[in-house]
Amino acid sequence: MTTQPVVEIRGISKHFGEGLARVDALRDVSLDVFPGTVIGLRGPSGSGKSTLLNVIGCILEPNSGSMRLSGELVYDGKWLRPDLRSLRLEKIGFIFQSHNLLPFLNAWENVAVARTLAGANLAQAKERALELLTYLGVERRQDAMPGELSGGEAQRVAIARALANDPRIILADEPTAALDSQRAGKVMDLLRKVAAERDAAVIVVTHDEKIFDRFDQIHSLRDGVIEGTAENRRP
Amino acid sequence: MNLALKDIRHNLGRFLLTCLGLSLLLGIVLAMVGIYRGLILESLGLVRAAGAQVWVVEGDTRGPFAEASRLPGDMREAVAAQWGVAAAGGVSYQNVEAVHRGVTKRLMVVGAEIARPGEALSVVEGRPVLRSHYEAVADRSAGLALGEQIKLGRYLFTVVGLTRNLVASGGDPVVFITLRDAQKLQFDLTPAAARREVVRSGGASGTIDTVNAIVVRLLPGIDPKRFAQDIVRWKHLAALTQDDQEAVLSRSVIDRARRQIGLFTTLLLCVSTVIIGLIIYTMTIDKKKSIATLKLIGAPDRHIVGLIVQQALAMGVISFLAGAALISAGQAYFPRRVVLQPEDAASLFGIVLVVCLIASALGVRTALRIDPASALAG
Ligand SMILES: Nc1ncnc2c1ncn2[C@@H]1O[C@H](COP(=O)(O)OP(=O)(O)OP(=O)(O)O)[C@@H](O)[C@H]1O
Ligand SMILES: [Mg+2]
Repeated sequence: MTTQPVVEIRGISKHFGEGLARVDALRDVSLDVFPGTVIGLRGPSGSGKSTLLNVIGCILEPNSGSMRLSGELVYDGKWLRPDLRSLRLEKIGFIFQSHNLLPFLNAWENVAVARTLAGANLAQAKERALELLTYLGVERRQDAMPGELSGGEAQRVAIARALANDPRIILADEPTAALDSQRAGKVMDLLRKVAAERDAAVIVVTHDEKIFDRFDQIHSLRDGVIEGTAENRRP
Repeated sequence: MNLALKDIRHNLGRFLLTCLGLSLLLGIVLAMVGIYRGLILESLGLVRAAGAQVWVVEGDTRGPFAEASRLPGDMREAVAAQWGVAAAGGVSYQNVEAVHRGVTKRLMVVGAEIARPGEALSVVEGRPVLRSHYEAVADRSAGLALGEQIKLGRYLFTVVGLTRNLVASGGDPVVFITLRDAQKLQFDLTPAAARREVVRSGGASGTIDTVNAIVVRLLPGIDPKRFAQDIVRWKHLAALTQDDQEAVLSRSVIDRARRQIGLFTTLLLCVSTVIIGLIIYTMTIDKKKSIATLKLIGAPDRHIVGLIVQQALAMGVISFLAGAALISAGQAYFPRRVVLQPEDAASLFGIVLVVCLIASALGVRTALRIDPASALAG
């Protein structure tokens, strides 16, 4: 691949606690993720998958190393931008295990809110939201409240929200854990489609072996170290 | 998109229920301030009803509204003869219990001279007292109808006129009768006791011509202060201008009421603050995950703070308006006069806004401490 990676991690370490209580969640992790690819992170519980994802999402500050997001050096021993939230708003879309839609907003509002936070007016944001809901095949449920959505529908709305500001990086922590295997497969297909059509890098934490074939690459973590990488050859 | 309103709509029942409770509290606060204003108006009402410019009272006293003041009724002629006096009238004040339609009522009976200062200034229904005996002008709050009779002491009075909103500072409705009738009412003894008195005083029937004050109206251009100073030079007399008189009342009645009502108002506002604070806090706790999600997506803190503060303000504003509406509607049913002044309502509104801001502090603090990463945890 000749393109620039959207996520470039070099020697990232992260530990929690000190002394006897010290847990090294990430040890000297380096990773490149290219646009248009779907990357999996697997490993036993406590191996540091969520920690790695949170570091990439600029939610958790690592202890050392450096990190570049879509070409911009954002961490180099310390955060280089004071406004991490606007960084997230413009560069990163999050998809959660439990969909985490705001319970007091309906489907399209949940998508539009991310857009309005980035400065769009409501009309623009709504238009964009409906577009995305259509793209993800849940436009019929646009006025439903999250409580009225099925698990699969809610997860699609959540994906639409993650896409609202056209991020180049999409982070998903066990997005299919709450879905049956058929729906899980559909969600993964959607993420593949998003990666391919929007030239985004999708990083997915998962335990779910049934969907392993949907990834371009799967990194296996153990005790905070990437101990192996499997490539899925695609036609 | 206003997240605060959307969230309120989502929890509408609880929100409105809280508002209902708060509106009652704020309504009570408004009512108390209204009662306080009413109290001032009422207590000044009696003093103002006399239409006086100067009050001539017993020497070394501050007049009948502060302490006992007695002076001989014939001083009226002497005062009236002073240069600069347009009119002067003797007045007496006494509390009387009367049974009306089977109910015992406390009345403030004012004795005043017909067509002289001190008699009822504005009769809204019927006519003033014109006959020298057994006629009365009563305040509507006494519940007496025109033409109705009421027994005061041993005498039966006919109500010939009605006034409005005229009560003593204790809330007792005012009834005007002639000064002569009032003096009889005050000093007339039962026939047996009277006979004994006559014997004791050696045949002379004791004078009952005593008044509590002489109400003076001055000619145009006469300075009440100067006039009062001149009167004070007389032996056994003191004089207060109308302003002095009102100030005396303010000090005695109003200051105490202000302290009491101020205390209760402050307590109720504290309770309101706690209630708003708790509800906003629990609403914030319920939204913990949503707030974490918003932070994770990238919402700046001012959005999160705005969300909580707006909810607190909405709660305060809705409750205040509902409380104000409640009190305006129920004003007539209060046992005391409630005077709602726009400026009082406006300042309470301002205080409520401040209370909301204070109350939202706990919620805001909690919200700001929420870790965006907690949105990720399943
Ligand atoms: N906030 C924290 N404070 C202290 N230790 C933490 C914290 N977050 C994670 N850890 C520790 O860091 C290590 C890695 O945690 P992480 O959540 O990344 O694991 P994971 O691979 O996502 O596990 P799972 O599959 O159970 O989600 C674990 O040992 C965990 O106990
Ligand atoms: Mg995890």
